[in-house]
Amino acid sequence: MTLMLSGFVILMAHPRLYWGAVGNDLTPALVELPISRNYFHHGWTPSVAFFSGPGSPVTAERTYDIFNQNGWARSLHFLAAWFLVLTGAFYAVTALLSGHFWRDLRPRAVDLMPRRLWGSLRRHRGRDEQMPGPPYNPLQKCVYVAVVFLVLPLIVLTGMTMSPVITAAYPGLLELFGGSQSARTLHFALFVVLGSFLIGHLVLTIVSGFKRQLRAMTVGVAR
Amino acid sequence: MKKRELPTAYRLPITRRSLITGFVSMGGLMLGGCSKELPPTYGNLLRMGDVLTYQARRLLLPTHALVKEYDRHEISSMPATGTTNPADSAQPAFKAELGPIYERSRGNQFADWSLSVEGRVDRPGRYTLADLKRFPARTQITKHSCEEGWSSIAEWTGVTLRRVLESAGIQSSARFVNFYPYDENPDGIDMIDALHPQTILAYGMNGRDLPVSHGAPLRVRVETQMGYKSVKFLRRIVVANEFDDMGPTGLLQTGWSWYAGI
Repeated sequence: MTLMLSGFVILMAHPRLYWGAVGNDLTPALVELPISRNYFHHGWTPSVAFFSGPGSPVTAERTYDIFNQNGWARSLHFLAAWFLVLTGAFYAVTALLSGHFWRDLRPRAVDLMPRRLWGSLRRHRGRDEQMPGPPYNPLQKCVYVAVVFLVLPLIVLTGMTMSPVITAAYPGLLELFGGSQSARTLHFALFVVLGSFLIGHLVLTIVSGFKRQLRAMTVGVAR
Repeated sequence: MKKRELPTAYRLPITRRSLITGFVSMGGLMLGGCSKELPPTYGNLLRMGDVLTYQARRLLLPTHALVKEYDRHEISSMPATGTTNPADSAQPAFKAELGPIYERSRGNQFADWSLSVEGRVDRPGRYTLADLKRFPARTQITKHSCEEGWSSIAEWTGVTLRRVLESAGIQSSARFVNFYPYDENPDGIDMIDALHPQTILAYGMNGRDLPVSHGAPLRVRVETQMGYKSVKFLRRIVVANEFDDMGPTGLLQTGWSWYAGI
């Protein structure tokens, strides 16, 4: 939650997304999000070309006092990221070592059959009760494994791809994601995926019996 | 000049350590937060996080890995932000006693300008632009990453900070290099980044003299950190053995991270 909030505040300072290595107010954006007063602010002096000839890259001076709370937002984001990375790595390692992953989380071949997935979706629509904790239904398995072993690692890696010092040591990250601006755009897309998961997860927890689910998640299952 | 070894405190293993080793050393990182040569935290949780990140960089990443350099055709447009003219009293970081001096210097194409190198060096002194251009030049096409979220690619020409510091004679007690500009944005870096082969004092940009809006006559390029660490409009460099938070207008007291490698 802290990462989502601080990440959003950071995005507000520059609500434009790009693809490739570079992207700034003087280059075209993939999308510009209307989430702060910096949205299409037009506070620039006329452009000056770096080179003679047509199509030269340009520079311009910013005359607009932008919204920028990145002083605290960035530091908070990185502090929270330490907690995410450390607890996430701890969870992933213990889940693999304790057998929780192989026993409860790993979707079996049979779980991935469209009929099983569809069936588990239909039962949800019928509000058939899902008991807290394992065994998980096929949909739960797929979603949990995707979030923990795919989305979270990717969001950490795309975050690190924006760092000049980390990409100096691991230039492969830039190749992997197609540049630091691509990584930033993917970082945002993964935030949307995680946010949707969080909301869906909360809604289903409440719908299927909030008290019972919460007890199951913390102290254990009372069956 | 004899090639100078890094002070022991900065001599780090160059090999890439695996993440696993990293997590094992995390305990050591936490303890490292008490060490004296680190930036102050003022008991602020966010600043403690910054120090943890800074320590992790020192421990886990190679000291002098090079950032990616680009081709000439990849040079992009680049906004000029922050102070774009230190002589303009309307700009937030305007410094009343230095603005007019900058204006005069700019009027004569910085002919009377010189960079003072002082502090923990054996031979403190002043370097004119001509002096700096007599050092072997380094040209690099690198990416500027702004903390706001944007980036740009430009070609920078200058002299490595290392060469200038070595010519002035770095003393073994030196730990930090601080940059004082004509505006109210002084800042500093540690010796690891100061001696990095791509940390340069740039007088040229995209094949021409550095434009005023990008820091004429001389700016530092710290390619391993966010753009705001690359101080523009340099007038003075001070080598220090103790951390200086630059007072109430410095990054730390205005709520910004001193270390900005991520």
